[in-house]
Amino acid sequence: MSILIKGGRVIDPANSIDEVRDVLVCNGEIVKVEKDIEDKAERIIDTKGKWVMPGLIDLHVHFREPGFERKETIRTGSRAAAMGGFTTVCCMPNTEPVVDNDIVVEFVKLKAERAGIVNVLPIGAISKGMKGEELSDIGRMASAGICALSEDGKSVLNSALMKNAMRYAKMFNLPVFDHCEDPSLTGKGQMNAGAQAAYMGLAGISNDSEEVIVARDMILAESTNTAIHLCHISTKGSVTLIRQAKERGVKVTAEATPHHFTLCDEDITDYDANFKMAPPLRSKEDREAVRQALKDGTIEVISTDHAPHHIDEKNCEFQNALNGIIGLETSFPLANTELVEGGYLTPCGLVEKMSYNPGKILHNGKGTLSVGAAADITIADPNEEYIIDVEDMVSKAKNTPFGGRKVKGRILYTVVGGEIVVENGVLVKL
Amino acid sequence: MLGKDLLGLRDLSGETIMEILTAAREMKKKIDDPGLRDNTLNKSSIIAMFYENSTRTKTSFMLAGAYLGGIVQDLGVATSSVNKGESLIDTGLNLDKMGVKFMIMRHQMTGASAVLARNVKACVINAGDGTNEHPTQALLDMYTIYDYLGGFKGLKVVILGDISHSRVARSNAFGLVKLGAEVTLAGPSTLISGSMKSLGVKVTSDIKGAIADADVVMGLRVQFERQKNMPFPNTREYSTLYGINSGLLQYAKKDALVMHPGPVNRGVEFSTDVVDGKNSVINIQVKNGVAVRMAILKLLYEANPDLN
Repeated sequence: MSILIKGGRVIDPANSIDEVRDVLVCNGEIVKVEKDIEDKAERIIDTKGKWVMPGLIDLHVHFREPGFERKETIRTGSRAAAMGGFTTVCCMPNTEPVVDNDIVVEFVKLKAERAGIVNVLPIGAISKGMKGEELSDIGRMASAGICALSEDGKSVLNSALMKNAMRYAKMFNLPVFDHCEDPSLTGKGQMNAGAQAAYMGLAGISNDSEEVIVARDMILAESTNTAIHLCHISTKGSVTLIRQAKERGVKVTAEATPHHFTLCDEDITDYDANFKMAPPLRSKEDREAVRQALKDGTIEVISTDHAPHHIDEKNCEFQNALNGIIGLETSFPLANTELVEGGYLTPCGLVEKMSYNPGKILHNGKGTLSVGAAADITIADPNEEYIIDVEDMVSKAKNTPFGGRKVKGRILYTVVGGEIVVENGVLVKL
Repeated sequence: MLGKDLLGLRDLSGETIMEILTAAREMKKKIDDPGLRDNTLNKSSIIAMFYENSTRTKTSFMLAGAYLGGIVQDLGVATSSVNKGESLIDTGLNLDKMGVKFMIMRHQMTGASAVLARNVKACVINAGDGTNEHPTQALLDMYTIYDYLGGFKGLKVVILGDISHSRVARSNAFGLVKLGAEVTLAGPSTLISGSMKSLGVKVTSDIKGAIADADVVMGLRVQFERQKNMPFPNTREYSTLYGINSGLLQYAKKDALVMHPGPVNRGVEFSTDVVDGKNSVINIQVKNGVAVRMAILKLLYEANPDLN
């Protein structure tokens, strides 16, 4: 199968390309990225006025399988990913059972092969059962093919264990994705501490609950000379800490989610649990700090933290509701609307955050349109405006606060390994 | 004018609050004179859903409903299907189908009454939700102040104690600020969040300064059951530094009202001589509570004619 993608604006930070070119795909690989390619191809996609990008990569999703299939599965989650323009996603290990040994890794890979339509990469837990007591089977999981380690949903509270995990992971070249939260400071908190929490009568979660672990784990990265990737950074204080650490050479990377750069705590007005997540939506000032950090490169990755939940787990008392929202199908339009249209990122900057930089962290050759690379390609219309309709989503879950929101930018094509899985905004691989 | 539900004073206008207080004055007569009780509610079903313990509020509501001709039931949460894991929304939908017109709910979680209200047809009255609001307590407090002092404008009201866990303090703050009172929240810094200032109140840990020249001194119970990480060393230190005794009360105005939503921890937030002293209206508050709740039931009934 050959595809010729003609006349689009090719944005490929890896090769410093941002101009109108054609892209030729053959047998699952990128063969040419040039002007006015004349070769014949079985499929020709006219992309005049569209963006042609390396396939988007999400370092942080929850596909809930095994164990919580009523929320999402690898089948449904990977389709949501494809609709959102993602060709590679990394699945967090907080499943049931936890991904803490090679057998569960094999299971996830098998499911991904059978039912997935994008590259679904498992992440292994740092500690056995995510209990924070002893290391999981890190080496065996590395052999089985995990792409990273993470204890997502919580921090490894024992500093010595975390330090060992970071040193041990380095031997296998595994990145460590770090959820930063001190639960003793979160306490019974339900939303960001501040005026809106005071107004709503909900117990607050202060910024320090995130920042103390951000600081600790950057110190550990420094003392062990290892790399750390900080998940879903939400506070101004964290941004400052990361900026300072980078200045002194700590190997730290960080991500922000679309909800943290789009919404703030003042959007919580009616105990609607679709606005409940960890870390919580922060103040306007924090949101601005996150946007500035994306602009100046302090935060180099946009991840969704796609966290599907069943409606019964959200349509209930705010305090009883589970944390998190789905994000794969709204990530690109929100990033384009808030950050590119909002003047924080250039289109090339957006592709860096959503494909090139996450690809570098995974160091698996993804996130580029280099000749010879696997043909993972996303094509979007940056100018199409529409209103997000929750009913249109293909994720099994519908827990999003973005229904009814007007956005600009629509994913038109998702090509995974040379195969078209989304065509003209419609899922064609069912 | 009330809507379908009464969830908090945050959402009420000053005008509506005054409407409730005015109606309560009429209702109060029915408490002492059974001959004045009537069928205002036309046998509407009223159910008390108390997910947390209560003496005053529940009894007060049930009597208020009965005095106005309602059919009053207690769900008895402890013996209901809630213990079989039935969700709040499902419980509400079931009660809806049985013809319940008023659901009076106390719940340990903030916003629970709002969640119930948007899922059921019945009028929901919040009888306390988590650390959010306890609107009928604040309304009976305000009624008591109104009755004794004739208004709110410029009144100095100080609310003392466990502010951060107190839905009573929050509801009072919302209501009193709307009607022009100067509200001060006072207590140890670990029991008050500075962001409470955004509600238009003063926040301080200087008890003596707060109480000086006050028209109303309202104490709050220290909610030991809601505290995991002790925010103060022990009750002895608390009562020494933050408790009100008759000596401290001298700094307030001579006829200042001493109020408390109950139950009182005698010797902790208030000394016994303050609880039982001449300034105390604590027991009168309880009586006013029945009147205010009757007024709320009546006004909600009238505001929702489709319930008739």
